[in-house]
Amino acid sequence: MMVKLILGFLWYLIHLVISLFNLWSHLCNNLECYLISSELLPKFRNLRLEKLKYLGVVVDSREANNILKVKQLLWWLSTIGVKNVILYDVEGVLKKLLEPGIKASRDRNSRNSINVSANMEASHFSHGGMAVECLSGSDGKEGIAKAANLMYSDFCNCATHGSAKSDIIFTEADMACALRAAGSGGAEPDLLLVYGPVRCHLGFPAWRLRYTEIVHMGSLKSMKYGSIVKAFYRFSEKYQNYGK
Amino acid sequence: MLDSLISQMEKEKQPDEIVTTGVLESLQNFIRKCIVAVLSYGPMPRHIAFIMDGNRRYAKSRSIKEGAGHRVGFSALMASLLYCYEMGVKYITVYAFSIDNFKRDPTEVQTLMELMEEKINELLENRNVINKVNCKINFWGNLDMLSEPVRLAAQKLMASTSRNAGLVLSVCMPYNSTSEIANAVNELCAERRDMMQREHAGSSNGRAVGSGAHSDISVADLDRHMYTAGCPDPDIVIRTSGETRLSNFLLWQTTFSHLQNPEPLWPEFSWRHLVWAILQYQRVYPYIEQNRIQAKKQL
Repeated sequence: MMVKLILGFLWYLIHLVISLFNLWSHLCNNLECYLISSELLPKFRNLRLEKLKYLGVVVDSREANNILKVKQLLWWLSTIGVKNVILYDVEGVLKKLLEPGIKASRDRNSRNSINVSANMEASHFSHGGMAVECLSGSDGKEGIAKAANLMYSDFCNCATHGSAKSDIIFTEADMACALRAAGSGGAEPDLLLVYGPVRCHLGFPAWRLRYTEIVHMGSLKSMKYGSIVKAFYRFSEKYQNYGK
Repeated sequence: MLDSLISQMEKEKQPDEIVTTGVLESLQNFIRKCIVAVLSYGPMPRHIAFIMDGNRRYAKSRSIKEGAGHRVGFSALMASLLYCYEMGVKYITVYAFSIDNFKRDPTEVQTLMELMEEKINELLENRNVINKVNCKINFWGNLDMLSEPVRLAAQKLMASTSRNAGLVLSVCMPYNSTSEIANAVNELCAERRDMMQREHAGSSNGRAVGSGAHSDISVADLDRHMYTAGCPDPDIVIRTSGETRLSNFLLWQTTFSHLQNPEPLWPEFSWRHLVWAILQYQRVYPYIEQNRIQAKKQL
């Protein structure tokens, strides 16, 4: 019993020391973000975003309810020059909150006779010249299950028609096609910003996460413009060899 | 016995270090055990996955051949295995070779394959490490893409450790997550085809038929056919060398895994880095566990 108390005390002490260390890091980070936002650090002034075609943003569902913060984030991203954003939260809070924008976009597309597939319409809209796609947990593993069902139907059809392809083997390319047909296809983000307490991708669609750089940004309520600039700068300096 | 194995691994990993005396070694081991005891007061991960990145950069920084970098990397793997065992981690998964790595220079691929075959055969002959941790070894991936000697050695090692009930080491080679998912779909289709054939045979004999082959494919069905079926999802995914991407590793299984990217290169990854990784995990455990429980409720 005494031993357990001592171990517990030491454990809490270690974590207290780590908390103090994290607090210090947090303060240093805040200072750096302030300097970046004020354009006092030269290397962050001219961001090169050529490599950043698609940006993913994962938000913790509890924090995603803060629609003002989400809209502020989108505004910052469009100001920086991001062209395509993929928003994700597990519970679909963002899809619900941003539905008016999605509906307006759908109406605009139909008025302008723009042909967009029904699946794409369901979750896309435009924000200040930036295309935004909203995803949720149902686009993750469940999206893959839907694609698997389509592939299984093909499989059964081949068997029914007495095709010699009874031992059909589906490739990754077939899977990618099925995902697109099921409405769970889409571009892979080059960079994924995670807003929440922990660096977790929280079920972001697996097929779209293969080579994505994943950066933890902290909680949405304490988001900083300087942190985004820093993340983009670091991304622009990255080199990927894709396994080679 | 475990302590001497760990010391042996550490010596192999850093051959240029001064060999410590017996007394110092015992003191080191005692301190290590005390720290593990304190650490174990909090939640400990059951499953840690490693992306062993940085062997080539290590070799370059030390001006040694690339192959030597991979050898030091293997020693680091064995050392990490023993440290994890000491900390009560039950499952370790390592990304040893990606399907994309076949795009590398053929000489390097050949060197890696020969190293794998050599190390697998070493483990088959000298079962010190395996027996100490009662290790079950899995090889996950498209084993057909491996050369025959490597594939046969891997299958032999899997078979010889299949009954072990201790630490589970899963080596992903050659592997990628999207290939695993496609493989799961293929296996599921084949399983349902067999079920339908049995149903037809059954119905023609007047026996009652089940509806398994006709229901929609669910996430649980796909889970059953992943290489990782029967293994809990990773609690922590550690990619060394500070890289921030998963490179097509366990994308299906890491929904609520704590993703960590420590700066040291894989051959430099040591006990203190593992302790730090677990301390970081313990700080985020309440959030991860809450999300996991919520996700289970929604199923």
